[in-house]
Amino acid sequence: MAAQGQEGHGQTAGEYIVHHLHHLQTGKQSAVADFSVVNMDSVFYAIVLGMLGCWLLWLAARKATSGVPGRFQAAVEILVEMVDSQAKGIVHNAHSRKMVAPLALTVFVWIFLMNAMDLLPVDLLPWFTGKAGIPYQRVVPTADLSITMGLSLSVLLICLYYNVKIKGPAGWIHELFTAPFGDKWFLYPVNFLMQIIEFIAKTVSHGMRLFGNMYAGELIFMLIALMGGAWALNATGILLAIGHVVAGTVWAIFHILIITLQAFIFMMLTLIYVGQAHDAH
Amino acid sequence: MEVISFVALAAGLMIGLGAVGACIGIGIMGGKYLESAGRQPELMGELQTKMFLLAGLIDAAFIIGTGIALWFATANPFLAQIANLPK
Repeated sequence: MAAQGQEGHGQTAGEYIVHHLHHLQTGKQSAVADFSVVNMDSVFYAIVLGMLGCWLLWLAARKATSGVPGRFQAAVEILVEMVDSQAKGIVHNAHSRKMVAPLALTVFVWIFLMNAMDLLPVDLLPWFTGKAGIPYQRVVPTADLSITMGLSLSVLLICLYYNVKIKGPAGWIHELFTAPFGDKWFLYPVNFLMQIIEFIAKTVSHGMRLFGNMYAGELIFMLIALMGGAWALNATGILLAIGHVVAGTVWAIFHILIITLQAFIFMMLTLIYVGQAHDAH
Repeated sequence: MEVISFVALAAGLMIGLGAVGACIGIGIMGGKYLESAGRQPELMGELQTKMFLLAGLIDAAFIIGTGIALWFATANPFLAQIANLPK
């Protein structure tokens, strides 16, 4: 708000929010699902944070000692052990776990880093890129439905892969038509319908949950920023400035819980869905 | 004018009713967790993970509702639709 105010074109609160919710897109989005448009800002930040996460874990692995670990190595070890013990409890197949446990760790670290972009001041990066001539910027990739649904679709594909791999194509097709109600010919359509609904519901709720939490969190940060931006406009402004600092602090501290929890939930549900693909009915 | 007032009411209802549901859910779950931790303290660590997982799941629907309500309240999409209506 302050940044835009200085540039001489004042905005209303609504315009500020709408401007900040606009992605840097390759084209104009004409429909709700328009696959010809790429949200470049989300893709850019997602890739950068993914590389950052990989680099951090690589650094910990390269410098690992069997002696007394430093703080960084201890932190990474706690994280890896936490993910490993959760994976052991859910996926009961040692061979699959070699692939699934690192997947869960990657998902957790990556989503945590993407969520953590929410803790940067909402106007900081858009202000810098605005100076560089880029009009729109959203820095939280998980507050973009395309990214979260992309993640949950990838999890669905992995589930389908393990379904076929563990049960065999014939076994899986048999399960599609006989679970959950039983092996009777007149129950086949109902069973199949139930299975398809289950897959769709799992995938959509998986992506929507992460998106909704991050989107709402981002919006509340913007509203707090608006409150701070309005402080110079009226007589009781100083109260707004104080309220801005208090509300921003409280929400940011609460948000540390939310971003960790949502990354953890996404990881756990990934493990649970892959674990379900290993259970024969 | 009618649209603005209806959307304001709707935003209040979305946040309020969502909060009612989520709070009752979290309250029941937290109470049960404390109860079970009192009965079997050795299970506390294991149950805590599951409780936080469920807290996140319960909270999600409410937070999504709050986000949509705040979007309606600050950048009302229905006003743009009305402006685009043929006169």
